[in-house]
Amino acid sequence: MRDLLRRPVWPLVALLLLNLAVMPSFFAVRLQDGRLYGSLIDILHNGAPLALAALGMTLVIATRGIDLSVGTVVAISGAVACTWIASSPDPASPGTALTGIGLALALAAALGAWNGFLVARLGIQPIIATLVLMTAGRGLAQLVTDGQIITVNNGFFAGISGSALLAVPLTVVVAAAVYALVALVTRRTALGTLVEAVGINPEASRLAGVRSQSIVWTVYVFAALCAAVAGLMISSNVNAADANNAGLWLELDAILAVVIGGTSLAGGRYSIAGTLLGALTIQTLTTTIYSVGIPPEVSLVFKALVVILVFLAQAPKVRALMRRRRRRRDDAPPPAATAVPAETAGSGR
Amino acid sequence: MTAVAERVRHAAGRRVPTRFLPVVVTFALFVLMFAGGGLRYESFASGQVLLNLLIDNSFLVVLAVGMTFVILTGGIDLSVGSVVALSTMVAAALLRAGWSPVLVMLVVLVGGAVFGLAMGAVIHYLEIQPFIVTLAGMFLARGLCYVIDLESIPIDDPLFRTIAQTAVPLGGELFVSPSVLVATVVVAIAVYVLHLTRFGRTVYAVGGNPQSAMLMGLRVAQARVGVYVISGACSALAGLLFTFYMLSGYSLHAVGMELDAIAAVVIGGTLLTGGSGFVLGSVLGVLVLGTIQTILSFEGTLSSWWSRIVIGLLLLVFVVLQRVLARRGVA
Repeated sequence: MRDLLRRPVWPLVALLLLNLAVMPSFFAVRLQDGRLYGSLIDILHNGAPLALAALGMTLVIATRGIDLSVGTVVAISGAVACTWIASSPDPASPGTALTGIGLALALAAALGAWNGFLVARLGIQPIIATLVLMTAGRGLAQLVTDGQIITVNNGFFAGISGSALLAVPLTVVVAAAVYALVALVTRRTALGTLVEAVGINPEASRLAGVRSQSIVWTVYVFAALCAAVAGLMISSNVNAADANNAGLWLELDAILAVVIGGTSLAGGRYSIAGTLLGALTIQTLTTTIYSVGIPPEVSLVFKALVVILVFLAQAPKVRALMRRRRRRRDDAPPPAATAVPAETAGSGR
Repeated sequence: MTAVAERVRHAAGRRVPTRFLPVVVTFALFVLMFAGGGLRYESFASGQVLLNLLIDNSFLVVLAVGMTFVILTGGIDLSVGSVVALSTMVAAALLRAGWSPVLVMLVVLVGGAVFGLAMGAVIHYLEIQPFIVTLAGMFLARGLCYVIDLESIPIDDPLFRTIAQTAVPLGGELFVSPSVLVATVVVAIAVYVLHLTRFGRTVYAVGGNPQSAMLMGLRVAQARVGVYVISGACSALAGLLFTFYMLSGYSLHAVGMELDAIAAVVIGGTLLTGGSGFVLGSVLGVLVLGTIQTILSFEGTLSSWWSRIVIGLLLLVFVVLQRVLARRGVA
């Protein structure tokens, strides 16, 4: 129960129930043309980019950092891949798409290394170091696409978001695989502990022999790669690269997902499962807004209210206040307490 | 004796420039950029181009002033752009409903301050990170714009139109808009509050070390909540100035303006960790951003995205510069 409160499942459950109440067929999943369809599958499919971006963000935040450049890396990776494909002599071949994807990933890794260099090597606060790329990045993406929306017609590239593996959309498979890999690496090797150590006290862990710099460097490169894959999914979904709007504010959603999942922005304590939960909550919220019939324009108000609620419920101060009130209420009838010890003991916890 | 005096002089001589150096560098950069523009384009180096910088960026100056207060305490306010948009919407909608323009301005200003107060209270008393709280505020304000109206609302109130079209002559051929005067007054008040009042000193103290500030018996709560009230009120005022500039209310006004405000503050030499920086630096930061835009518009052939790239590069230069200075200060 306590663990459940720390990683709040209730917003997600409440949202799902709300959807069920509005649309009884919400949980229905059907198989068609070798691919699963249904609202739940949609949530997973559309939530995959956010989940990936949030995963990279989790590790960055765990080292006491933050990466504001996620959204622009999404735009850049889509722009690079699509521009490469559109300008190649053979725009429909799988090889071209693969090269484009490789280029996008390589560039993202370089941008991540750049963030890592500013943070780990020059010791600049992460929020400003990544603000540089957040500001300049969208300009870079527009430079690549020349300010145009680049459309591509490449079956292989479209397959990133359009195809399915064993009936499960490829986006979901990729996201799940990356999550499993990261969970495995951080929980079964020392890396996870090292990341936490760097987040709790970078200087102490350096003195203890942890290579703080390389770890910080690694998490920023990983975050950028995650963002790049998310960007490829997003642009493959619409077969186009929109340097202006792709991934706009995705970093904020990703940070929200991470924090909803119980990872502390102060670093050192993180939860991969929590982040997945947070990302799914946000995506479900977005879906709910459409299915409940709230006009999409008002969705931001709705989102803000949910965020405020979740954070108020999670704030240590608020929970301490509530605990104190509950205790005072429990303490109120002291004389009768000895008479019914079993009942109070049972209901108190 | 002389050795001691020498050391004191040396220490003083080093400390003062270090504190002011980022602002001096920003000023030098501004002068250089402006002079460069003047050499390259014939009509660039005129007084009116300089004044136009202020006219076109008066709302950003006001925003940057509010943001400086927040960042000085080590916080951040991501909601300012959305509050600007919300202010234009509220003003336009109330005017459409037939309210008197003076009352509308008052409502907008008070509304912005209350919005800031709410965020500040949550940040301080419930101990939730400013980043998250103001992010929620950003969503909320932007969403409320859409609740008011989806379309752009034009403004044809005579008073608003008069303010928008008035040119205040400064002698010769030169003129400024009333918004510039408002922004100047705001900057003057901000400088006074930050450097000559107890509240201002507390703001610096809280940014330097909240723990020590509290142990010294300073009113930490007042300062930490107060800066968000100031930022909220400044955003609302900037929203009004933006309304005069655009003469319409629209949900998509001022998208991403919080980034411009933060960039101006950082380029102006204020540390994002808090405790160090000057309002005048932020004003210079705004002028540098404005000069970039002006040069790009004079150049004509360069696309608009270059301004983003250049702003990013400038941010980088200043951030690295701050880092170098901080290291030298420690050593």
